[in-house]
Amino acid sequence: MNFREYKVGARLFSFALGSSMVITLLFPAMEMGAAVATDIALDKQLSAGRETGFNYDDPLMLGWGKPSKVLVSADPVSGQPIPATYAYVYPAGTPFPSGILHPRTLGSAGAGLSEKVGRVGEAQKKSGAVFLIKSDEQKHFYIENATATLGWAPDAVLKAALDENVAHVGAGKTQFVREGCWWCHTLLPEQTQDWQVFGAPPMLGDFNGESPTAFGSDRKAPDLLHVASRNSSKEWMMLHFFNPRLVQPHSIMPRYDYLWGEKDATGAKIDFNKWRAEYTEYSEGKRADAPEVPSFAKDSRIRDLVDFMLSLK
Amino acid sequence: MLKYLFAKNEDIPTGTAAVFFGFSSIVWFVIGTGLGSFNAAKLAFPDFVMGNEFLAFGHLRQVHVHAVIFGWISMAFAMAMMYITPALGNTKLWSEKLGVWNCFLWNVGLSLGLTVLWAGITSGREYSDFPWFIDLYIALFIAIPLSLNVWMTVITRRTQGIYTTNWFFVGACFMLIIVFLIGNLPEFFHLTGLTEAYLTWWFAHNVLGLWITPVAAAIAYYTIPKVTGNPLYSHRIGHLHFWSVVVFYSTPAAHHLMSAPLPEWLKSFASVEGVLILVPAVAFVSNILLTMQGKWNMFVENLEIRFTITGCLLAIPLNMQGGFQQTRAINWYVHGTGWIVAHAHLALLGFSTFLEGAAVYLGLQTLMKRKLYSLTLGNVHFWLLLIGFAIYWISMTIAGLIQGAGKIYEVPYIDVVIAEHPYMIARWIGGTMVFISNVVWLYNMWMTAREGTVVPAGRMPHELAYER
Repeated sequence: MNFREYKVGARLFSFALGSSMVITLLFPAMEMGAAVATDIALDKQLSAGRETGFNYDDPLMLGWGKPSKVLVSADPVSGQPIPATYAYVYPAGTPFPSGILHPRTLGSAGAGLSEKVGRVGEAQKKSGAVFLIKSDEQKHFYIENATATLGWAPDAVLKAALDENVAHVGAGKTQFVREGCWWCHTLLPEQTQDWQVFGAPPMLGDFNGESPTAFGSDRKAPDLLHVASRNSSKEWMMLHFFNPRLVQPHSIMPRYDYLWGEKDATGAKIDFNKWRAEYTEYSEGKRADAPEVPSFAKDSRIRDLVDFMLSLK
Repeated sequence: MLKYLFAKNEDIPTGTAAVFFGFSSIVWFVIGTGLGSFNAAKLAFPDFVMGNEFLAFGHLRQVHVHAVIFGWISMAFAMAMMYITPALGNTKLWSEKLGVWNCFLWNVGLSLGLTVLWAGITSGREYSDFPWFIDLYIALFIAIPLSLNVWMTVITRRTQGIYTTNWFFVGACFMLIIVFLIGNLPEFFHLTGLTEAYLTWWFAHNVLGLWITPVAAAIAYYTIPKVTGNPLYSHRIGHLHFWSVVVFYSTPAAHHLMSAPLPEWLKSFASVEGVLILVPAVAFVSNILLTMQGKWNMFVENLEIRFTITGCLLAIPLNMQGGFQQTRAINWYVHGTGWIVAHAHLALLGFSTFLEGAAVYLGLQTLMKRKLYSLTLGNVHFWLLLIGFAIYWISMTIAGLIQGAGKIYEVPYIDVVIAEHPYMIARWIGGTMVFISNVVWLYNMWMTAREGTVVPAGRMPHELAYER
C-alpha cells in the first residue's frame, strides 16, 4: 500500500470531482425539479403513460399497459352532450405516470390543485381511472381524476367512444422509441432559427413526467414536435410510412411497411412481395400507377405510431 | 479461454487476459464497423435491404454505436490496462483469473446487451440506450472487476512512484463507475422530464470525457516513451493534463443541449468550461509531440508510433472543433447536423481508435512474444483506416455545413436531403474502407499469433526486422 504519497492527490481528486458534480448535477436538478408543469407537460405524460422506454409492464416495447387519449363529446355516465374534451383513459392495471404517483413533480401549484381539487390520490391502478386536464382562474393547470369527481369509469368512456376518437398515443410513442424514429427526427425545435419552420421550441415546464424525452441529436430529417400542425392527414401518414417514396420521391426514410403486421384492415393477408415487385415496376416506369397501400388494422403497430404522430400538435 | 476460467490463478500464463481482450476488441471492431458500413449504405440507398425490422436502420444504428464504444474501444482499453498497468508497476497483474473472467463476462454481457438493443428494447436515451438491467450488468461485471484489477495492481506495484499512465487508468476507472451509476439514475429511479434529458447528456458527455479521452491519452503516454526510448517530455505537463481533465472535462455536459430550455446559467457555465477543455488537449498533444524529439524518423518507420502520432495529430482538429462548436456563437449553426456526426467519428474513429490500435498492436506482439506477421498488411490497415476515416469525416463535415445553411436560411428540408446525397454515398465508401481495413487487421493479428517470428526473451518486438 504505497498510496501515502498520493493522499493529497486523492483528496484533491475527490474534491474536484465532487464540486463538479454539485455544480453540474445537484444545482441544475434542484432548479429543474422545481419547474411547474404546463398543460403541454400534463398532456404528454397523461397520453404517453408512465414510461415509453423499456419497463416491466412492456418489456418487449410493443405498447402494452398504455393509456388511450379519447375525444369525449358526451358525458359517458348520463349521455348528455358536453363541450368536446380529451380524456386520458387508464384501463384497470395500466401504470400511472409520475404526476399521479408523485404529484409534487408537477410543481407547487399543480401539485396542490391536483391533490385537493383533482383528487388524483384516490386513483387506483387496480380499477383504472380516467383523467382530465383542468385549470383554475389563474391558469394553473392540474390533473383531475374524473373517475372520482364525475364517476367516469374507464370502460364506460372507451365503450361510448368511436374508434376514430381513440388515440393510442402512449403505444405510438413506444414505437417511436423502439423503431428508432428519433435517430433522424428530433423532437426539439431549436431556440435559434428554426421555430419559423418547425414551430415553437419547448419551454422549461413542458417535460415534467415525460420519460424518455427522446429529443434526438442528429437531425437527418424534419423536426416532429409540431408535425401534426403542419400535416394532419392520416392518409398521407399511411402512404408515407408504408413507402416514403410514394409521397416524397427524394426521401431517404426507411420503409416501415413491416409495422402493418400480417393482415390489413379487412383481415386479408398482405402480400408484401407482390406489392414490392409492383412498386419496383412502377418506379422503373413500367406501370402507370403505384400499387394500392393496404389500410392498416386497428390493432397494428402502425396505427399506434400514426396516432402518436397526429397527436404532435 | 474456457479452460482458464476454472484454472488456478498461478497456472494461467501472464498476459492471458490481455491477449483475450485484445482479440475480442478487434473482433468487435470488425462487427461494429461492419454495421456502420451497412447503416451508411441504408442512408445512401434507402431501399437497400428492407421489409425486416431486424435489418432496419432504426434497430441497427445503436448496435453500431455500442459495439464500437463498449466492444472495440473499451475492450482495447481493458487490454491496454491489463498489460501496461503491471508493466509500469514492475509486477504481475493482480489477478489473471479475474481478468479472464472479466473478459468472458464482458463478451457475454455485451452480446446480450446488443441483442436487446437490436430487438428495439431500449431505454430511449442516447448513449445510455441499454435498458437498466444491462447498465447494472456493465457496472457490476464489467467496470468494477476491471477497476479492481487495475487498482490492486497499482497498489501491489513494486515501484515507488506511479507513472502518468497509471494515474489516468486508476482515475478513469473510478470515474467510469461513478458516471455509469449516476448517469443511469433516471432508469434506476424513473426520473423524468428535463432532469432525465439532462442526465442523459451528462452521461454521454462524461463517458467520453472521463473514460474514453483520458484512457486513450494515457495509452499514448506509455507507447511513445516505450517504443522511442525517449523519456516523457514533462511530468508537470502530464499533471496539468490530468487535473484539467478532472476539473474541466467533467463540467460542460449541458453544452449538448444548448437549444433546449435548460437553465441559462447552466448553459453559459458549460460553454465556458467547454472552451477550457483546450487546456488538457493542448497539454496532451504538446507533451506527446515534444517527447518525439529526435525520433521523428519512427513516425515513418514504426507502425505503432505512426498510429499513436496520427491519433495525437487528429486530437488537434478534434479539440479545436470541440472547444468552439459548443459555444452559442457557433452551436446554433452546427447543432444537430452532420458536422456533429463527423466530430464524433473524429473523436472515436480518429483520435481514440488510432491510439488504441497502437496499444493493441504493441501489446499483442509483446505478450505473445511474436513479431507482427506482415508489415505490408499493417500498412494496408493503417492507410485504409486513415483514408476511409478522412473520406467519412470530410464528407460528413460538408454535409453538416449544408444542413446548417439549410437550417438558418429555412430551405425546405427535402432540398437539404437532396444536396446531402453525394456526401451520404461518400460516407458509405469511407466507412466500408474502414471495415475492410479491420478485416485485414484481424487476419494479420491471427497470423501473428500462429506464424509470427518468435521474439527472443529480453527484446522488444519493434527491435526485430519484419519478414513480410
